[in-house]
Amino acid sequence: MVALRVNGQEKSFDGDSSTPVLWYLRDILGMTGTKFGCGVAACGACTIHVDGEAVRACQTPVSDVSGKSITTIEGLDPQGNHPLQIAWRDLNVPQCGYCQSGQIMQAAALLKSNPRPTDADIDEAMYGNICRCGTFQRIRAAIHQAAKGT
Amino acid sequence: MTHSQIENVSRRDLLKGAGIMGSFVLAASLPPIDKAWADDPPKYGRDGMPHGWVNDPRVFVSIADDGTVSIVCHRSDMGQGVRTGMPLIVADEMEADWARVKVVQASGNEVRYGNQDTDGSRSTRHFMLPMRQCGAAARTMLEGAAAKRWNVSLADVEAKNHQVVNRKTGARLGYGELSAEAAAMPVPAVDSLKFKDPSQFRYIGKEGINIVDGFDITTGRAVYGQDVFLPGMKFAVVARPPVLGGKVKSYDEKAALAVPGVEKLVLIPGPEIPSAFLPLGGIAVVASNTYAAINGREALKIVWDDGPNAVYESKAYRADLEATARKPGLVVRQAGDLDTAMAGAARKIEAEYYIPHLAHATMEPPAATAVVKDGACEVWTSVQSPQAAHDLCAKVLGLASDKVKVNVTLLGGGFGRKSKPDFAVEAAIVAKEMNGVPVKVVWTREDDIHNGFYHTVSLERLVGGLDASGKTVAWLHNSTAPTILSLFKPDPKREMPLELGMGLVDNPFHVDNIRIENGEAPAHTRIGWYRSVSNISHAFAIQSFAGELAAAAGKDQKDYLLDLIGPARLVDVSSVENFWDYGEDAKVYPIDAGRLRRVVELAAEKSGWGRKLPPRHGLGIAVHRSFVTYVAAVVEAAVDEKGNLTIPRVDVAVDCGHYVNPDRIRSQLEGAVIMGIGLATKTQITFRDGKVVQSNFDDYEVTRMPEMPGVTNVHITPADYALPPGGIGEPGVPPIAPALTNAIYAAIGKRIRTLPIGQQLAA
Repeated sequence: MVALRVNGQEKSFDGDSSTPVLWYLRDILGMTGTKFGCGVAACGACTIHVDGEAVRACQTPVSDVSGKSITTIEGLDPQGNHPLQIAWRDLNVPQCGYCQSGQIMQAAALLKSNPRPTDADIDEAMYGNICRCGTFQRIRAAIHQAAKGT
Repeated sequence: MTHSQIENVSRRDLLKGAGIMGSFVLAASLPPIDKAWADDPPKYGRDGMPHGWVNDPRVFVSIADDGTVSIVCHRSDMGQGVRTGMPLIVADEMEADWARVKVVQASGNEVRYGNQDTDGSRSTRHFMLPMRQCGAAARTMLEGAAAKRWNVSLADVEAKNHQVVNRKTGARLGYGELSAEAAAMPVPAVDSLKFKDPSQFRYIGKEGINIVDGFDITTGRAVYGQDVFLPGMKFAVVARPPVLGGKVKSYDEKAALAVPGVEKLVLIPGPEIPSAFLPLGGIAVVASNTYAAINGREALKIVWDDGPNAVYESKAYRADLEATARKPGLVVRQAGDLDTAMAGAARKIEAEYYIPHLAHATMEPPAATAVVKDGACEVWTSVQSPQAAHDLCAKVLGLASDKVKVNVTLLGGGFGRKSKPDFAVEAAIVAKEMNGVPVKVVWTREDDIHNGFYHTVSLERLVGGLDASGKTVAWLHNSTAPTILSLFKPDPKREMPLELGMGLVDNPFHVDNIRIENGEAPAHTRIGWYRSVSNISHAFAIQSFAGELAAAAGKDQKDYLLDLIGPARLVDVSSVENFWDYGEDAKVYPIDAGRLRRVVELAAEKSGWGRKLPPRHGLGIAVHRSFVTYVAAVVEAAVDEKGNLTIPRVDVAVDCGHYVNPDRIRSQLEGAVIMGIGLATKTQITFRDGKVVQSNFDDYEVTRMPEMPGVTNVHITPADYALPPGGIGEPGVPPIAPALTNAIYAAIGKRIRTLPIGQQLAA
């Protein structure tokens, strides 16, 4: 059995511990804010935080998060008002929106370690997060805006 | 079709909350069955679409006692912002306060809502007018209710920002207070409606509108097809034939069922080819979660009988296309005397362009959840055409139309992929075997890349004749590509008017001697429409060739392009048989060379065309009309000594007539730039042994953040309410690749004729 915390709540999982956290969250807990995009850590749609670090949930088995604390997009801010979430809405960043949970989680990890990132810092941090709608210009602008506000 | 006498049925429901949920059927939207169709003039635009359009406020609008106005969006939102744009039109025209509007997504029911097939960049084009009529009718009914309450004439009241005001006394009644009485008012005849003057618009054409799903998207609450979660549901993946038309030869049932969590296998029959939108067949593995289903599928160890399409190999196919394109093809448009003009030309320039298959690769892979219970089927899915999904589910399950319901979620990208409802039908077929338990069929990314409907592959051969002054006097274009029609008919090999009309026969250039030909090309996979469709290949070839001719003539690209377009005029395409103008009446949406010139000039001006650039930087320009919208792009490219490409700046100019939400126009064009750069630089699907070679985002490469332009500026021509609205979802894509490759040529003198660019710039 694996014990872990998800958005501050104690959870335990007694299924196949090789199950990726992505499917544990989505299919077993019914928490679908963390998206399935590729399954091979190539798109970033499933980005979550494990003990504050951004990881790809699709390539992280549940066994790896035993005793750890997971934060998903649903738990990033209790009111949905993390500075990034506010900036994202303010600049109308999303188009279809499907990748944006992962984009925001990746950006949140970036701002934690680098509160005033440059364009180059942002490019490096966000390289692994694909958006097929092509919202990159606004993502970059929203990260700068959130950084200014924090 | 006349909507001026909409019968006021079930009027107690109208505008009151129940209106949306009722089973009211608008008989007026159905064509009369006994009419002699042969005598009918052709129908265009919204009138030509299945189930046409509906403008009845009782269908689209309801008002709660607290004043909350619910407005139905009957089109699918895949990122283009239609869930904001459509209700915004209604809200503006009915004087509702946007802050008090709630958007309700329609399920698939075109008899009730009008056409719902959200592709072809049609939503605003087709529904601006019906939604304005709907809003104006609702406003008139609210005013009527207030006038009645105050016992004054209609002229003495005025709806304003969620209230009706008594002009004489200044008294006010909120929309919530009036909802019941407004619901009892007759729906006014369309020709009696008074529309707002554009100067009175609060929202249409204005800045500062936030998308309605912004909060849900940024907090993870938004529900896409992949996210539907029902109590007790199961999860399935399907093993599909890797080659079109392949069949299961053998598989290991025991091994799959032995995987922990796997509960059931369901055989999905393979269709006859051409298979239209039917599922490809195969074996569904149903499990307690998606991971177990994926593992179970691996354990199946299926041996396939690939069938005749196993011959498909991209390199050999390209050689076939080249051979075909070099031979005379079927003439699809001509003017003047091409052969004489070409023979007499001072110089002859030839070029061949190759554009590969593409997969949509929506960020959300296809997914659908279905439950079949008590002789009925309910589906929740991210489809562009819920009616198509509904009809095919009913047909495949053998259920009556009213026993199937298709609920539309948000779409995590569409790009044309999700207008094909195969994945919804798969879910329905599997659900039928589940004894009433809901099941979600999840497509993995590999499924999406391997079993898609691909953008066609094309060879475009161009020959230009220049006179001694460098003017183009002869233009030959042979376009050869497998056709989308092969999805529906035993491979016709030649493109249909819909494809030819996408930038090929509607070539706007003012050249006296033109011949345009189409060669034969067999299809060995499912050819589908991909955002902007055949315009991608046609615009790449034509706009690249315009750049090549300018270079040959020693002229400035932009000036030469304007010379090719010629004077402001309506382009004559009367010699084209069955000319297809995006389903519109070409008299309403002519090919306007003046509008083309205007976007070229605007993009050039805004980009600082002709400005001094650093070494190995260059500007490229391209323009294209598609989906009755005009877009020009200027790209600045830089190529370093090693061949690394960067794009410091892109300027896009767009003229889409009159429009609703400028922010969503900019976002669509910003996105089109990213997609255009991706298909220009690295995105392609290739086939070997009939199978797609690529699998996931590691080898099907798409644009990532560091590859985006330093800045993308979108310049929208001022809304012209004398012009009908154009499309926005697709027209941004076609000019980007040729503008980029023209810029690369300007930067380093290398001409790119094969997409994607890939390693072609490497030193």
